[in-house]
Amino acid sequence: MKGEFVVIDGRSIELNGEKNLLEVARKAGIDIPTFCYHSQLSVYGACRLCIVDIEGRGVVTSCSTAPEPGMKVRTNTDEIRAIRKVAVELLLANHDQSCPTCSKSASCRLQSLARRFGIEQVRYKRVSQPQQLDKSSYSLVRDPNKCILCGDCVRACREVQGIGAIDFVGRGSHTSVQPAFGKDLKQVECVNCGLCASVCPTGAIIPKPEIEGVWKAVNDPKKKVIAQIAPAVRVAVGEMFGLAPGTIATGQIVAALRMIGFDAVYDTSFTADLTVIEEGMEFLNRKTKGERLPQFTSCCPGWVKYAEQYATDMLPNLSSCKSPQQMFGSLAKHVLPETFGISKEDLVVVSIMPCTAKKFEAKRPEFIVDGVADVDFVLTTQELGLMIEEAGLDFESIEPESMDMPFGQKTGAGVIFGATGGVTEAVLRFAAEKLGAPKYAPVEYRQVRGGEGLREATLTVNGVELKLAIVYGLGNAQKVLDDIRSGKCKYDLVEVMSCPGGCVGGAGQPVSKYGDASARRAKGLYDSDKMLDTRRSQDNAAVADTYKDTLGEVGSKLAHDLLHTKYKSRKRLSDSDMELLSGTGNKKLDVKVCVGTSCMIRGSQHLLQGLMEHIEDRRMSSCVDIKATFCFEACDLGPTVSIGGKVIRKCTMQQALDTLDEELSAMGAVAD
Amino acid sequence: MSIINLEAISEAFLAKQGKLPHRVIICAGTGCVANGALKVFEEFKKQAEASSIPYVIELKKEDVEGKHVHISRSGCQGFCQMGPLVTIEPEGILYTKVKPADVAEIVGKTLAGGQMVERLLYKDPRTQESYKGNDDIPFYKKQSRSVLKNSGHIDPECIEEYIAKGGYFAARRAYVDMTPAAVVEEINFSGLRGRGGGGFPTARKWELCRVQPGPKKYIICNGDEGDPGAFMDRSVMEGNPHAVLEGMMIAARAIGADEGYVYVRAEYPLAVERVKKAIAEAEGRGILGDGIFGSEHSLNIHIMEGAGAFVCGEETALIASIEGLRGMPSPKPPFPAQSGLFGKPTVINNVETLASVPIIIGQGAAEFRKYGTAASPGTKTFAITGHVANTGLIEVPIGTTLGEVVYEIGGGVTNDAGEPTDEQFKAVQIGGPSGGCLTPEHTSLPLDFDSLKGVGAMVGSGGLVVMNKNTCMVKIAQFFMQFTQNESCGKCVLCREGTRQMLAMLEDITEGRADAHTLDLLESTAKAVAKASLCGLGKTAPNPVLSTLRHFRAEYEAHVFQKRCPAGQCKALAAPKIQTDKCKGCTLCAKKCPVGAISGEVRQPHSIDPDVCIRCGVCSQVCKFGAVTNI
Repeated sequence: MKGEFVVIDGRSIELNGEKNLLEVARKAGIDIPTFCYHSQLSVYGACRLCIVDIEGRGVVTSCSTAPEPGMKVRTNTDEIRAIRKVAVELLLANHDQSCPTCSKSASCRLQSLARRFGIEQVRYKRVSQPQQLDKSSYSLVRDPNKCILCGDCVRACREVQGIGAIDFVGRGSHTSVQPAFGKDLKQVECVNCGLCASVCPTGAIIPKPEIEGVWKAVNDPKKKVIAQIAPAVRVAVGEMFGLAPGTIATGQIVAALRMIGFDAVYDTSFTADLTVIEEGMEFLNRKTKGERLPQFTSCCPGWVKYAEQYATDMLPNLSSCKSPQQMFGSLAKHVLPETFGISKEDLVVVSIMPCTAKKFEAKRPEFIVDGVADVDFVLTTQELGLMIEEAGLDFESIEPESMDMPFGQKTGAGVIFGATGGVTEAVLRFAAEKLGAPKYAPVEYRQVRGGEGLREATLTVNGVELKLAIVYGLGNAQKVLDDIRSGKCKYDLVEVMSCPGGCVGGAGQPVSKYGDASARRAKGLYDSDKMLDTRRSQDNAAVADTYKDTLGEVGSKLAHDLLHTKYKSRKRLSDSDMELLSGTGNKKLDVKVCVGTSCMIRGSQHLLQGLMEHIEDRRMSSCVDIKATFCFEACDLGPTVSIGGKVIRKCTMQQALDTLDEELSAMGAVAD
Repeated sequence: MSIINLEAISEAFLAKQGKLPHRVIICAGTGCVANGALKVFEEFKKQAEASSIPYVIELKKEDVEGKHVHISRSGCQGFCQMGPLVTIEPEGILYTKVKPADVAEIVGKTLAGGQMVERLLYKDPRTQESYKGNDDIPFYKKQSRSVLKNSGHIDPECIEEYIAKGGYFAARRAYVDMTPAAVVEEINFSGLRGRGGGGFPTARKWELCRVQPGPKKYIICNGDEGDPGAFMDRSVMEGNPHAVLEGMMIAARAIGADEGYVYVRAEYPLAVERVKKAIAEAEGRGILGDGIFGSEHSLNIHIMEGAGAFVCGEETALIASIEGLRGMPSPKPPFPAQSGLFGKPTVINNVETLASVPIIIGQGAAEFRKYGTAASPGTKTFAITGHVANTGLIEVPIGTTLGEVVYEIGGGVTNDAGEPTDEQFKAVQIGGPSGGCLTPEHTSLPLDFDSLKGVGAMVGSGGLVVMNKNTCMVKIAQFFMQFTQNESCGKCVLCREGTRQMLAMLEDITEGRADAHTLDLLESTAKAVAKASLCGLGKTAPNPVLSTLRHFRAEYEAHVFQKRCPAGQCKALAAPKIQTDKCKGCTLCAKKCPVGAISGEVRQPHSIDPDVCIRCGVCSQVCKFGAVTNI
């Protein structure tokens, strides 16, 4: 469309393939207001703020109107201004107006548009009733009172992540955004990525704050409080203090944290290097044996939960490595109490992450040992900025300081983890050497970098061909999974990150006015990588020392215990069974009857009752545990009953009773 | 399957029918059924048996040799006010308000004796004149029933009877003798405009879809009739479902669709059942399915039951609903004709529009254009209700004036007790909650798409609510606003929040809390919502407010500034007063007053203490002398 123009507010703007008038206007430097337009999401057309007046066509929304050469567009007629004012006032009327105490206050689009339109008074009455907040999730807080129903969160979750954990419920003015069946966010498929929160123009979905607990810990003289800082944080936190995205502020963060009262400040890049070595070895093993390929990365907790929900068949393919955050936590809790001469309970590990899912990850039961969590608090980049603000520190003028050792030591490989493709590149830098590439071969693998959400690369290292896929956005992950399952694509290594652009685009990062903020932050990470003299994880001396002093060799028992984890299927609606009969004897027969919908309609309730009565008749109650369970996932073969581990499909009453009797006599059960 | 021979089916059916001297048609439209028409039907069978009159019910299945009467049910005959309706043919007698107890007399006198039962004939409430059949009754005389013609007559579950009335000949013509372009051209020449509300030229929609690349396209029949009080589409689907299917076939031929959906509200179970049956019969006869009329074309039609959201009548919301998504509209463009159901080019036409199509293709566009106006040819159905003598379903040439409809067909305005009066109507709400109101100054306004638009109203789906002088126009606006704010899908800000705030402001006005700002804000909100809402529902939601403000501003101002409801309908503003010249001092009001606000001596005029009065209105209800006024 070169050489074709539209006229916006009297100025000719050349078209260059823009999808809609809104994009054309933005290009021309006119910021047409909108709540519900996102270039990465489908056009929704609900907020009505982006209306413009096209000569001969009248008032239309610019987000849904394709530019046509010769169009004459006006963006600020009296009529349009009046309508926009009405729309914003209508929203404000029922909006929770506790703005000063809202965490979105500084970046709330509703607030800024109200100011921009000069709304001095809301002429409408409040007609809605206050609604309850959903604080169930470890990662996110939903406040329906601040929701303006723009649907950004709903579309982001469905279109980018392919999940749909939240959707619209109710009609008209009773519409609200909720998880299915009005459940709490914690109970549904939400993977805690927080994309909903990062696209929310108001404070209706926000990362769950943990600042208060951290302040309490640093002010508690008994506690040693240490921080680990994720790579993506250092290139973003400065944005909250007026710096450009991508500005590296590692030293300032370290100094600020010490001034706040942290006892030591370490680098998550250190454990990222550790991850590279463990995951790299795991990968090379699998590659040599040709088993469980492709190997999927496991650093992203959003992706891990997604896989546990939707890709249980692929769980064996996930790297068993903990994420760098959790490796740091378990290593710190193993090593540092002795270093500091304190008990494990008095060591407080605070992660500073670009991520909301990390908050959930830290609360996973497998990462809490004997009641002591490996990671005690997870702060987002935004929360870090708020703490620095609260402490009254002038961020820009802080003298940079360096990290504490040994866990502050890092290589470039551990830093680029924060950008999409970074984990892959870091693993390649490690694997190449192991595969026999010359020691001083170039360390940069630019073919795995990039901005697309689904990228492929094939490279040959010393005669070994490696097929790679790099993915961000779980919707893209689903595509890759489908292609792998169907045999369409064969990969060796698949890197998956939930957030657009990788961790630099995480939901815990500052709200940016720049559309390309993620790319600029990623550039900051790659610049940082270039400036470091060690750029390969295997060259991290502190990591080598850690193996030598603590872990033993790669793959040792302790390394395995501290650095690796297991995954579980989360496919069940509810993973807790209902105990109906709990035997008191020593030897007990385990009986499970599925009461999921499909089995229920095929008569499982009847079976359950029959079994209970039979056991009672035979006076065997003390020898049997009966549980009503949910879904053996063979719904068409229901009703399903499991007796002493024997799973019976399409179970009849006779089969159930016979098997029960057989098993009981086999274990020599006697009547009470 | 061999190609269906329509002529043979028609001849066979007519031959069978010709052997039956009598036919009793019991209206089984919704109104008549509610009044007991099915009991009347059963009673006819019983009485016929008792008087040993041999009868048949299902003509296509039963043997007619030696039989005397065909007792059948039809779709809505329109004159719902007078239901249950029973028509006796060939005499053309229309019996009204027939009860099961009347049936014996009808069977004895009319079927056996050839005489009329005078007392069951329609009697004009004003002139007391009796009319024999619907050719004479003023309600029918002024109408031109074309889409509804067969609906009140044929057995909707009998495809043979539809064929015998000329059905499916037009579809065959479209598939065998015409090109898609020619079909569109014929519809274009007819000037047919969408009957669902907007009046968009049907041919333009079809043409836009026809030129889209195939192979997959869809035709959808929009039967999600949701306006309160409107039942035109329901009547057509229930009374003549094959006409809808034939219309869909012709549309499918024109645009190149091989799959179709009839989207019906689940609240119309009879329509669902009849259309389902009609599809099965048409498939069974080889009319629908593969190789239509020997051509290489196929068409499969499905039924989709809507869950009863008003907004699903909007094209894009309807499509979302069929796709299994939440019924919410999406921005246009792209238009459904370009990218519709499952992203494929799709035409969505309203039931009545589609039912008009076979008439146009069958009789030719020129014949169709004989009715209506140059810009809006043809006829339009309306559901007329409210303070009017004859309520029901009517069909008139487009361009018939409002006065003709209300005073001639509708039989004039009634008072609150339902008795005919000679008064003018105060207002007529046209087009349901999306429409606007008309006043006596519009009595000679022709009811066509453009004239109505010119005065801030719209044909809409065709609801006509007549209101007498005791109607409070603010309350009316509030009633419709309540409806639209309930039915707003909640997607776009202006409609969702705007309707809610407008409703709150109307409540303030009728309950005496409003001030001058309320009126200004109401008006500016209404204008913003009308201008910039996402879909048609939102854009038209303020119409009742804007049109009542336009025509009855003084009434709003009385509410706001004098805290007075001129029609005496707004309880909160009521100021009961006893007129001393009329009060006889009977003390009844004082006894009934729940708060003891009324005092006075026996046989002396009483008075109300306004500070104690709670405005419940009991005094004015119990007063036998009309001495208590409410305004």
